Amino acid sequence: MTFWIIQILNGLSFSMFLFLVAAGFTLIFGLMKIINIAHGSFYLLSAYIGLTILRATGNFLLATIIASVAAVVVGMAMQSLFLRRLHMKELQQVLLTFGFVLIIADVCLWIWGGNSFALPKPASLKGSVWVGNMVFPVYRLFVIVVGIIIGVGLWIFQEKTKFGAIIRAGVDDEEMLRGAGINVQLVFSGVFGLGALLAGIGGMIGGPFVGVFPGVDLTILLLALVVVIIGGIGSLKGAFVGSLFVGLIDNFGKALFPEISLFTLFAPMAIILAIKPTGIFGRIEE
Amino acid sequence: MKAAQIFKGKFVLLLLLAVPFLALPSFVSNYYVGLVIQILITAIFAMSLDILVGYTGLPSMGHAAYFGVAAYATGFLYFAGFNNFWVVFVVGLGVGGFTAALFGLLAIRARGPYFMLITLALSQVLWGIAFKWRSVTKGDDGLPGIKRPEIGMGVDLIPDPHFYYFTCAIFLIVFFALYILVHSPFGYALRGIRESESRMKSLGYNVWLYKYIAFIFAGAFAGMSGVLWVYYSGFVNPSNLGIDLSVRGLLMLILGGAGTMFGPAIGAAIIVLLENIVSGLTERWSLILGIIYVVVIMLFSEGITSIVKKVSRD
Repeated sequence: MTFWIIQILNGLSFSMFLFLVAAGFTLIFGLMKIINIAHGSFYLLSAYIGLTILRATGNFLLATIIASVAAVVVGMAMQSLFLRRLHMKELQQVLLTFGFVLIIADVCLWIWGGNSFALPKPASLKGSVWVGNMVFPVYRLFVIVVGIIIGVGLWIFQEKTKFGAIIRAGVDDEEMLRGAGINVQLVFSGVFGLGALLAGIGGMIGGPFVGVFPGVDLTILLLALVVVIIGGIGSLKGAFVGSLFVGLIDNFGKALFPEISLFTLFAPMAIILAIKPTGIFGRIEE
Repeated sequence: MKAAQIFKGKFVLLLLLAVPFLALPSFVSNYYVGLVIQILITAIFAMSLDILVGYTGLPSMGHAAYFGVAAYATGFLYFAGFNNFWVVFVVGLGVGGFTAALFGLLAIRARGPYFMLITLALSQVLWGIAFKWRSVTKGDDGLPGIKRPEIGMGVDLIPDPHFYYFTCAIFLIVFFALYILVHSPFGYALRGIRESESRMKSLGYNVWLYKYIAFIFAGAFAGMSGVLWVYYSGFVNPSNLGIDLSVRGLLMLILGGAGTMFGPAIGAAIIVLLENIVSGLTERWSLILGIIYVVVIMLFSEGITSIVKKVSRD
């Protein structure tokens, strides 16, 4: 029994981390139809900046705020200075975001070198708790709580606020939104910033257990891709359910069948694509 | 008759172009011979991608997958003791085409950004497997030390000039194969699909099947370039499967011109030359390449692509 509870908690904490990195990716795609390949780069940048501030101050909250703001600034600059001029040119947009992947990765390599780092956990979350007769790290519980709070926050934001309604309208029919006198460019760069913020928070939350190293940007991108394809691209609900699905399956796969653990992440994606190409909550777009 | 004459004219022109290529190894050092080999192999990859992007209008984001599976197949076969080029070549072509056949089933139903997303995800999954399955692929260390094979009758490809002439020959064969492909009724149907899928459908074409076959062709040709690349460079690693290569192919098409015979080769030459020149000057090639992406996309999307869009809208 304890084994199952521990495994479920492990799976949930990985799921909530996945949700943090996939939610921003799916928001951006849903509204702008941009495949933001640089999504993992926001994670990379935020985790490195957070690391430097943590070393200087030891304050996890301060580091999170500064690192996420940095990710938001870079994301919004990318959107309003470059992507904005490539409206509806999907291929060019993707290639442009890839250019930023190279630039951000190489600048980070320049500054922080090629070593792998794990961010230190905040002191108050370093311990572990007893679950039955096994120990479970407090930090992983913290990740679950953060994921749920952000998930609920995003849901309220999208369903109950005016800005959320504007975004939902933009996903359905962007031209009508323009016609209604909304400054769509402002909405676009706002959502791009929100996506970058989520990836940036993901970098700080994931830093202590996923770590930060050259190449982690593309690893994070891959995780986000798998989650959104399973859950259905463009939908927050899809990203949440996809994250739970992938996180739990991956964890149980690793615990029960370690020899095939590599494929537990990818096999569900292939199966979903074969059965329902739009993902669990995806819509057919014409 | 007229078409045949035009073809003959182009053939003569190509033969004239071939003369400096044939004489090259006697005039320049092995470094430059290697550079041309890199360009030719990369050009085959870019040309195979152009079947999808330029002729069929399928913006594949994961074309490195077929290059990479063939590259790994070459590596595995080498360490299993196969040293005959033709066996490896056929297997490489086969796994490239087979992987494309598999991915095509999942991807071709989707369109536009969704198609891009699915092709990207599938190829990145292969990258992830190559990266993590250390017992088989050695992870990001890759498989080094792959020697060039023999091509029968005691001829081996180990000296650079040998490999150079051989690559030239394969390049020419691929070039003519693609020329025939895109000037066949099949090729014209692909262009029809690019211009208007619904029109082709109402004319009674099985659009899905045409796209699917184009996808498999493109995968097989990419597989070919993968085999050649491994024999040129001597090693395989996960970057042969990754997004870096897929997107670089797209950049070459934008630079050289998609949907043309020479465009992909021109784009490949520009990128390979730039890479070799810049990485000789600075360690920050990756940063420079990133800036090249940004500059090319920002300048070209105002110029050439907007003209193309205007034309295709009329």
